[in-house]
Amino acid sequence: MAPRTLFEKVWDDHVVVAETPDTPAVFYIDLHLIHEVTSPQAFSMLRERNLPIRRPDLTLATMDHSTPTTPVRTVGDLDVVGSKAKAQILQMEQNCRDFGLELLGFDSDSRGIVHVIGPELGATQPGKTIVCGDSHTSTHGAFGALAFGIGTTEIGHVLATQCLLQRKPKTLSVYVDGRIGDAVTAKDLILAIIGKIGVNGGTGYVIEYRGPAIEALDMEARMTICNMSIEAGARAGMIAPDDITFDYLRGRSHAPQGDDFERAVERWRTLKSDPGSEYDREITINADELKPMVTFGTNPGMVVGVDEPVPADGDSNFRNALDYMQVEAGKPLTETPVNVVFIGSCTNSRMTDLRLAANVIKGRKVADGVTMLVVPGSQQVKQQAEREGLDRIFAEAGAQWRESGCSMCLGMNGDTVPSGQLAVSTSNRNFEGRQGIGARTVLASPATAAASAISGTVADPRPYLD
Amino acid sequence: MRHVIQSKTVVMPGKDIDTDQIIPARYLTTTTKEGLGDGLFRDLRFNADGSLVSDFPLNQPASDGCEILVAGNNFGCGSSREHAPWALLDYGIRAVISTQIADIFRNNSLKNGLLPIVIDADTHTHLIDNPGITVTIDIEASTLSLPDGRTVSYPIDAFARYCLVEGIDQLGFIQNNLDTITRFEEQRPWTP
Repeated sequence: MAPRTLFEKVWDDHVVVAETPDTPAVFYIDLHLIHEVTSPQAFSMLRERNLPIRRPDLTLATMDHSTPTTPVRTVGDLDVVGSKAKAQILQMEQNCRDFGLELLGFDSDSRGIVHVIGPELGATQPGKTIVCGDSHTSTHGAFGALAFGIGTTEIGHVLATQCLLQRKPKTLSVYVDGRIGDAVTAKDLILAIIGKIGVNGGTGYVIEYRGPAIEALDMEARMTICNMSIEAGARAGMIAPDDITFDYLRGRSHAPQGDDFERAVERWRTLKSDPGSEYDREITINADELKPMVTFGTNPGMVVGVDEPVPADGDSNFRNALDYMQVEAGKPLTETPVNVVFIGSCTNSRMTDLRLAANVIKGRKVADGVTMLVVPGSQQVKQQAEREGLDRIFAEAGAQWRESGCSMCLGMNGDTVPSGQLAVSTSNRNFEGRQGIGARTVLASPATAAASAISGTVADPRPYLD
Repeated sequence: MRHVIQSKTVVMPGKDIDTDQIIPARYLTTTTKEGLGDGLFRDLRFNADGSLVSDFPLNQPASDGCEILVAGNNFGCGSSREHAPWALLDYGIRAVISTQIADIFRNNSLKNGLLPIVIDADTHTHLIDNPGITVTIDIEASTLSLPDGRTVSYPIDAFARYCLVEGIDQLGFIQNNLDTITRFEEQRPWTP
């Protein structure tokens, strides 16, 4: 057999009916993650056609997007916190009851952002195909899964048939040489990669991240990398699984147990690109000289080293973005006043992210006039952080410690950045108005976000890290 | 779906118009597909005080009834929300023309009968520079005809076109393969 890439191996393994020039492949899905915002209309379709869910056992449901981050243990509490999404949340509970799905809801200690809990439970595994009605499903590719976001119509297809109609995408190799330095994180690396290939450079491709700098990353860092593949236009990003992956998964409740796990590892070890396999496109980047990165514009490709001047460009889109951000070309962002700092989202809300931010902020104070929100990615992350005392470090510094959820990343649960204010955010999108009407977003790592909270301006985290 | 769309164009020349622009997340607490046109380009169409943004293309009287939106490169990037094509359709848009359209938005559009059309840079520049011209889209032929007499073809997946023209239900197409899917599940060497 000709040498195959990691992507091709996973693709080939899931083709139920091969594609032809006239018809796409019927493609099997191993894990379907659903949440309250993009699934209701798919359940309505099932009801209209009187269809059951084909594989409830391969479907994992939670609530994360529109849920409050103030304490809610029952749906009744939603009235107390003034949630606008109560009807949607009630509908999700009803849908799961009616169709026989287990819901990781308000009463579950396993609730959290869908892309945090999949890996945390061990449901995300190498070689699986994973979909969700959310573009950051690419996160799960960190385990060598083929994982991508779908729309609501396709959610209905998967619920009813466990399959999708798919055309085989192209492959893009992103080879990262060298090693990222101590004060630099996976977030800085992926922002630099998006800056290099552009917000549409990955459109039509599945990215495979490879090379020594990627192999050196822990699983949470790899998730941060794959998470933002969609910000380069790629529906999926993948990293070949290795011992770091297997060690992460061993013992997790939804992973295979005992001998089954060892047999799975044997199979998972074959999931890497063969020597001599070919990609449709390849780029190389060196991580050695990488700096902490920040975005200065209104898409994640408009990115610069935190101490470097914002570039100039005559393009009208570029100028409009700088106007919206109230940022000046030729000057670094480091003296720009900050109003809000958000640490959270499926990009950066896991233990390593919170530990890093806490390490920067410990014994220091959030600057006057800055609101800082720390939103753990899941209730499991929240509890672990509390066991380690991170909640107290944040609270003593003057930050707000919240329940898990998507929160201020997309601002649909009421956690928003006020109009005109500038937020340094560990999330994934700095689109106009994404975090609130008129909100201005600077994307950065948890270290840079925490340093900015202390300084009251966009800040280089390196002086704060020992 | 109609096989021909003939309409004046409305032009939004900006690049990288993301799905958060198309419909902000605060409109996503709905559990139906209806009425999302209200949220379409909400924060571009309206000022903070609720008044119309006077120079926004969709607020011009000339754009009334336009069914074809011409937009800058990389339209529909970002979130997978199908609410984006639902909002465009609810507002009355039937086709979006750009030089590049993001993958998930394109897929979602085709599932709902919103036509995502990618054309060459020359034709695109002409459309951007001449807002309001009448364009004819022949879905079966996959062509775009302009008032200056030129007709250009655009690429579209054969199956997607077939489904649009014949009104084929893609779920039904998958369901026709349910026996094969069951066999696949029974015979695969490992199970998820």
